[in-house]
Amino acid sequence: MLEQSGKLLEQTFAHIGLTFISLFLSILIGIPAGIWISKQKKWSGTVLGIAGILQTIPSIALLGFMIPLFGIGAKPAIVALMLYAFLPIIRNTYTGITGVNAAVTDAAKGMGMTSSQILFKVELPLAMPVILAGIRTATVINVGVATLAAYIAAGGLGEFIFGGIALNNTNMILAGAIPAALLAIIFDFFLAKAQHINIKKKKKALIIIPLMLISLSSFYLLPSAISSKMLAGFTPEFMGRSDGYLGLKNKYGLKMRTVVISDAVMYKAAYEKQLDVISGYSTDGRLKAYNLVVLTDDKTIFPPYYAAPVIRQEVLQKYPEVESTLNLLAGRINDSIMTELNYKVDYLKLSPEKVARDFLTEQKLYKEPRNGKKGVIRIGSKIFGEQYILLQMYAMLLKGNTDLSVETKTGLGGTKICFDALTNKQIDMYPEYTGTGLLVLLQPDNSIVRSIIGNKEKVFQFVQKQFAEKYSIKWLKPIGFNNAYALMMRKKQASDLKIKTISQLKMYIDNN
Amino acid sequence: MIELQKVSKHYNNTNAVDNISFEVKEGETVVLLGTSGCGKTTTLRMINRLTESTSGEIIVNGQNIKLQPAEKMRRGIGYVLQHHGLFPHYTVAENIAIVPELLKWNKNNINNRIKELLEKLKLPESIANAYPTQLSGGQQQRVGLARALAAFPPVLLMDEPLGALDPVTRADIRKEFSTLDELKRKTILMVTHDVQEAFELGDRICLMDKGKIVQIGNAKELLFNPANNFVSSFIKEQRFQLELKSILIKDVWSLLPKAFDGTDETVFSPENSLWNILETISAEQQNSTRFVSVSHNDKKQIDFASLMTAFSKYKNSLKHE
Repeated sequence: MLEQSGKLLEQTFAHIGLTFISLFLSILIGIPAGIWISKQKKWSGTVLGIAGILQTIPSIALLGFMIPLFGIGAKPAIVALMLYAFLPIIRNTYTGITGVNAAVTDAAKGMGMTSSQILFKVELPLAMPVILAGIRTATVINVGVATLAAYIAAGGLGEFIFGGIALNNTNMILAGAIPAALLAIIFDFFLAKAQHINIKKKKKALIIIPLMLISLSSFYLLPSAISSKMLAGFTPEFMGRSDGYLGLKNKYGLKMRTVVISDAVMYKAAYEKQLDVISGYSTDGRLKAYNLVVLTDDKTIFPPYYAAPVIRQEVLQKYPEVESTLNLLAGRINDSIMTELNYKVDYLKLSPEKVARDFLTEQKLYKEPRNGKKGVIRIGSKIFGEQYILLQMYAMLLKGNTDLSVETKTGLGGTKICFDALTNKQIDMYPEYTGTGLLVLLQPDNSIVRSIIGNKEKVFQFVQKQFAEKYSIKWLKPIGFNNAYALMMRKKQASDLKIKTISQLKMYIDNN
Repeated sequence: MIELQKVSKHYNNTNAVDNISFEVKEGETVVLLGTSGCGKTTTLRMINRLTESTSGEIIVNGQNIKLQPAEKMRRGIGYVLQHHGLFPHYTVAENIAIVPELLKWNKNNINNRIKELLEKLKLPESIANAYPTQLSGGQQQRVGLARALAAFPPVLLMDEPLGALDPVTRADIRKEFSTLDELKRKTILMVTHDVQEAFELGDRICLMDKGKIVQIGNAKELLFNPANNFVSSFIKEQRFQLELKSILIKDVWSLLPKAFDGTDETVFSPENSLWNILETISAEQQNSTRFVSVSHNDKKQIDFASLMTAFSKYKNSLKHE
């Protein structure tokens, strides 16, 4: 708890830093740009148009665009946030200056003020409430969007929010969301005060506000003091799990510099040498696409996630031929084969159907559909490539080897939805993983988990028994591969450093 | 003094101001009069280069305005705008101090000057720290004038200075302006579309139409010797009043009857206009009062009948010249 509150403070400072560094840069560029287009009106449409388009790009996409240009971490996040803040700042500066009464600027000019005197003594002071309103809008936008910075390893309160979502931990979500909301409210409040400040004191405010911005920005620079040679990027979920980073720390004593990053960009960042170690899934197609290698979990902290079909016993009693048909696939697919198949779907963009059929044909398991009318088996899947491939294989096997027809339901978001559909008899079967069955669906006492987690046979037997007793659902034989958490490195770097296991990684880090 | 030589302003294909020349002599007030769009404001704005002339030469205080930096030149010319153009974020005192500050006067001089101007323009000293929005329209316009006068510019440009005021305030301020000592010595070019105002404030009136000068001259010249029909029709509405205002007792002296000696007389100076006297007489209810005017031991009888007779005889004599 104490550790978490320390982390909360640190991430709050990071969040403030991200918000204000980007805001400061945006003001530094946006206000002169706004002044410029108020003088060169023919450019106003173009500049405001571009700023407007930037604003309409979805935040995640904008962050994604930044990675090839600036890598991961604070830099791309700050640039993206800066671009977001442009529109309100440029537009309000422009509106503020063009809104100054023409008689006033005319008088200023007529009395012999130079154009810079007019700008600084007349136009900017009179436009200041409007400009400050723009900065206020930009601040609130930035506090909100900065939560997304956690996707690209820039830290901030988003780490709690996305970690909480991934772990289905409401308290953790609130630990990120409440401070973020408070920050937005507090900054808005103070800027509103600044906006209505007495005209007389405005000159002081002009100095105070930038100083405040700079000092708030400097918060961000503090946490980056720790440094080691290797950098790890972990998903928010992995960071928070006892069978994830917490386990690495406890069992292996691994202490390394980590950043939180989204699964979507993690593999690529490792490939581009932005990260050295990442947390991935052992059968992910990107493992092959980006030339990464899995480090052996020599102390077995990652629970086994062997895939096997789960099916309602009722269905098996009605159509006994189903069990033997589905078991045709048992033991046929190991980790590297599954990685290869996933690579074809996720990276080469082949259809799951074609990949499934090619594999079955190669294994001499494929048979033409019999178009039987005996009954219908409804197969579900979660929404990712590996599940689609397995679903297609089972469908083909059933159609070719039995007189049953098949209905597929591929849109079942996650574990919980698939499992509920199964227990509510809306589907008959879907492929599940032993680790998920144990830790997500059954959630037994910690003592039980600890006693069996290291042994894949014991885990399988446990879930098989429990599912049969509790839900009348049968786990058929495992397909063979283990889609578990894994630490990965670039192949080249791993072989150069002679790192094959997590223990060797720890040794290397401790010695360097 | 201000001198314009063959000055034009072209916008695309229209001639806003078309080859005009005139002069405002030192200490003189010339009023540019005309309908909106006649080019009078453009003419004024070309003099302090808020609008750049297309061709021709403009000389202010003996110097060609284009041969010096615009900002420096403008600091030597007072400028009064229709919508006063006071800085809303400056106090009255700060507004008045703008040009002196630009000229880097020392603080004491500036403060003394502010005090002096507030007093001259009959503004309470307490408003020095007020903001323009806290003032009445008339006060704002007076502050606008004070600001223009602050650095003792020898030349003053006024663009419809009373245009934004209601008729009553307008008449009051006009009267004040015409008696203000600082304005008497200035070379002033003023723009207005109000005929009354032009005749009251202008030593000479420059009537413009479609970018050209139709006639330039004093009140009497415009009234009794119009250059063309445009001039007479422009002032037709207020003609009678303007004539009475422009003719002074001394002009019709020989046409007035001699006064009898007597008591209980009210004496007018012969410098009064016929209008002024008629106003006073009509306001006077007691018939017992006699009005006379005295000049060099000569005393004239004044009443409605005698004035109107003298007025019509005088006009007739002008026609026959």
